[in-house]
Amino acid sequence: MASFSEVVLNGAPAPNVAEAAPTYGERRLSHLRTLEAESIYILREAVAEFAHPVMLYSIGKDSSVMLRLAQKAFYPGKIPFPLLHIDTSYKFPEMIEFRDRYTREIGAELIVHQNREALAQGANPFALGTQKCCGLLKTKSLLDGLAEGGFDAAFGGARRDEEKSRAKERIYSFRDAAGQWDPKTQRPELWNIFNSRIDKGESIRVFPLSNWTELDVWLYILLENIPIVPLYFAQERDVVVRGGSIVVIYSKDQLLPGEKTQRMKIRMRSLGCVPCTGAIRSDADTVPKIIEEMIQFRRSERENRAIDHDEEGSMELKKREGYF
Amino acid sequence: MNLAFAPSEAHSELLRQNLRAELLRFTTAGSVDDGKSTLIGRLLHDSKSVYEDQLASVKKSRINRSSGPIDFSLLTDGLRAEREQGITIDVAYRYFATARRKFIIADTPGHEQYTRNMATGASTADLAIILIDASKGLLPQTHRHAYIASLLGIPNLLAAVNKMDLVDFSEARFLELEQAFGELAAQLGTANVQAIPISALDGDNVVDRSERTQWYGGPTLLEHLETVPIRRVVTTGALRFPIQYVIRPDANFRGFAGQIAAGTLRPGDEVMALPSKQSTRVKAIIGHDGDLAEAYPPMSVTVTLEDEIDLSRGDMLVNPSKSPEISTRLEAMLVWMHAQPLQLSQRFLLKHTGKTVRAQALRIVHRVNVSNLQKEPARQLQMNDIAAVELQTTAPLFFDAYESNRITGSFILIDPISNATVAAGMIRRPVAENATYGSPVTLAEREMRNGHRPAVILVNDAKLAKMVERNLFDDGFQVLALEAEAVSRDHLPKLIGMTTEAGVVTILSGVTADAKKLLVKHTEDSSSFFDLSSINSTDDNEVLQRVASLARSLRNLGDANDI
Ligand SMILES: Nc1nc2c(ncn2[C@@H]2O[C@H](COP(=O)(O)OP(=O)(O)O)[C@@H](O)[C@H]2O)c(=O)[nH]1
Ligand SMILES: [Mg+2]
Repeated sequence: MASFSEVVLNGAPAPNVAEAAPTYGERRLSHLRTLEAESIYILREAVAEFAHPVMLYSIGKDSSVMLRLAQKAFYPGKIPFPLLHIDTSYKFPEMIEFRDRYTREIGAELIVHQNREALAQGANPFALGTQKCCGLLKTKSLLDGLAEGGFDAAFGGARRDEEKSRAKERIYSFRDAAGQWDPKTQRPELWNIFNSRIDKGESIRVFPLSNWTELDVWLYILLENIPIVPLYFAQERDVVVRGGSIVVIYSKDQLLPGEKTQRMKIRMRSLGCVPCTGAIRSDADTVPKIIEEMIQFRRSERENRAIDHDEEGSMELKKREGYF
Repeated sequence: MNLAFAPSEAHSELLRQNLRAELLRFTTAGSVDDGKSTLIGRLLHDSKSVYEDQLASVKKSRINRSSGPIDFSLLTDGLRAEREQGITIDVAYRYFATARRKFIIADTPGHEQYTRNMATGASTADLAIILIDASKGLLPQTHRHAYIASLLGIPNLLAAVNKMDLVDFSEARFLELEQAFGELAAQLGTANVQAIPISALDGDNVVDRSERTQWYGGPTLLEHLETVPIRRVVTTGALRFPIQYVIRPDANFRGFAGQIAAGTLRPGDEVMALPSKQSTRVKAIIGHDGDLAEAYPPMSVTVTLEDEIDLSRGDMLVNPSKSPEISTRLEAMLVWMHAQPLQLSQRFLLKHTGKTVRAQALRIVHRVNVSNLQKEPARQLQMNDIAAVELQTTAPLFFDAYESNRITGSFILIDPISNATVAAGMIRRPVAENATYGSPVTLAEREMRNGHRPAVILVNDAKLAKMVERNLFDDGFQVLALEAEAVSRDHLPKLIGMTTEAGVVTILSGVTADAKKLLVKHTEDSSSFFDLSSINSTDDNEVLQRVASLARSLRNLGDANDI
């Protein structure tokens, strides 16, 4: 029987692109294999030097790629660190289903952390605004989750091409005892030599995908046939158009007064929380079609996320406070 | 769900191109306002790598320092402080792609005090674009940038002669600058040099060929980036495989993981392990999707060996007939990156491949004046200074000259107290022990022999001092108990300076409050000064215990991996 991931998640059978990929025998690595080698090096380096590493697992496509790289880095051993998912409780149901089934399939250890206190007090983006909601359910929850586990290094799937303030992020990003990032005191980072020295309470965020672009991630998903959440593929779904973005509707409770659902062929470019992640209209229902679409429509992937647009430079502010 | 994949011809070709593309890393350097940010913004824009919404946000911005409709520099200047000051303050990485190549740009600032950022960006680059403002010509910083590029081993230099619009696209002016730059590059020994006349603001010769430089027959900037030969990874040289991590899922499997730094590796190859010098053969190169027939740089692989040999992180597998240099003493070019200057008495952690050892600078051979490339004597190194320095390490390193291998020839220095990365080093050569023939014995050498650092310990009375002396002596320390009363107050600091320079742990008793103040003032390294005279215990044991534990810390010279 074919595994869950082969049939359900990526849908497509392994595409016949193997001959297009440069073989190792050419003694010249393609950019994708070069990036792969660099990322594996980073993963191994951090595992060798930190006492308690963890991987921030967001269930998105970047996390899926990072997870595959971790499998490769430590093969035939198991991934030598747990995965930590910060669950805001507003994630897409398909994400949670994918998370539970896929991590079980590959035998990874999964930790799920929620800010239960804030949720009990009814924290939601409508009442609090996206900034405050993210602050409580993501940033605070993340810092608490890291502190609870005593983790001194946390892998994140962030890429430098995502957003302007990320472009200056180091691969090893130093965080003080409060989990905060100071762009002015970053350690210089030369060659592939990383400074892993920290004092008690301090930590390092490690970004193995720093040099990958969104296109690289999709090409690698294709090349390696990596399972991803089905929400990335276009499909007719119930949605409302709210404040210029397309919001997926799962139940009537989500509707604001006066709103009516409509059917639309849409997909997600990045996955976040249901109320704050917009979809795009698309016909791309396979990985190659997504790649083609991406090359044609040059719009940055975070555009559909409400949080980046609250204020000019808001991502940078969040990062300084400890957001990933 | 129907997600079946039926590739059309167009799909396949597009995918094939993208999957085949090569990677070129380049860095940009230039003085402030030469137009680096504008050039990069222009490259991203004209190669259609800018997202529509990003462009829209730049168009909306209140800031526009250019004379055109779009200030392209805003596409690249990211951080808040920069937006406010209108300058680039750190290294920013940018990505764009054409059908042939993917590019990673390290955008580094031009301020003179930011040499360290340029060195950072240059450390991984295959090519450097050096901007020259056509209306200003070569500036002192142009020399600095070209020098740093060559120091960090960048094989290709591209002189982008910018703002040609300000000199009416004059051919004579371009040829004059091309020649001046060519002479500079020749002086630095950089082989591959290309000069291109451009206007970053208007886009001339950046992506599209300019109508206004009919006299120019060379490539546009992007054409050059797409076609310049990428330094062939070192596949022909001798094997260098630094061990990063040992994979042991169970008792039957022991795999050595790492990234190949030079040479090729095949099953059956004879390899030698360092430092053990044991030889064995490669059994298999383990891959996630099946074993590999061959591995070469920069692949990250896992290797199994025929025999059980002594091998762990920080060790190296090499070609038995072409071993790297093995030495505890070496000469390297240092780029000093910290606000606190380099002092010869300072102790560092040195990280080289997967190995971290303790190190000390023995002497500054010379500092390089980067404006005229002259060698100067120096006693200290300030932030952004570049110098040839002799270093002593506590455990041997296995290395090649940086010229021949960027990975096995590079290291960083870390301050063990603040954990800051304080310097980047490029190894030139090992320094033989007999190179010290006739030269003064240094404190570092004494420390190596003694196995501990010197220190000064203040205790209450002479009898206790003698007891401490006996304990430490029996423990193998170079130690001397002194009564302060025997020396005049003003001579005490000098005497202590001499015993410290001799590498000795000095136990001092009977020091007056006055004399103590003077001593503290003259102590260079406060981490080796211990005042136990205030312990007012009737039981001497407390003092003896404190001494025993601080003595242990004086022994911390060893391989830092062990602590
Ligand atoms: N006339 C002219 N001005 C330019 C050109 N390129 C850049 N500039 C201007 O020079 C100034 C500095 O440019 P910027 O890209 O910020 O320089 P950087 O400090 O090197 O990053 C800005 O006002 C630009 O508009 C050019 O080709 N021609
Ligand atoms: Mg700039």
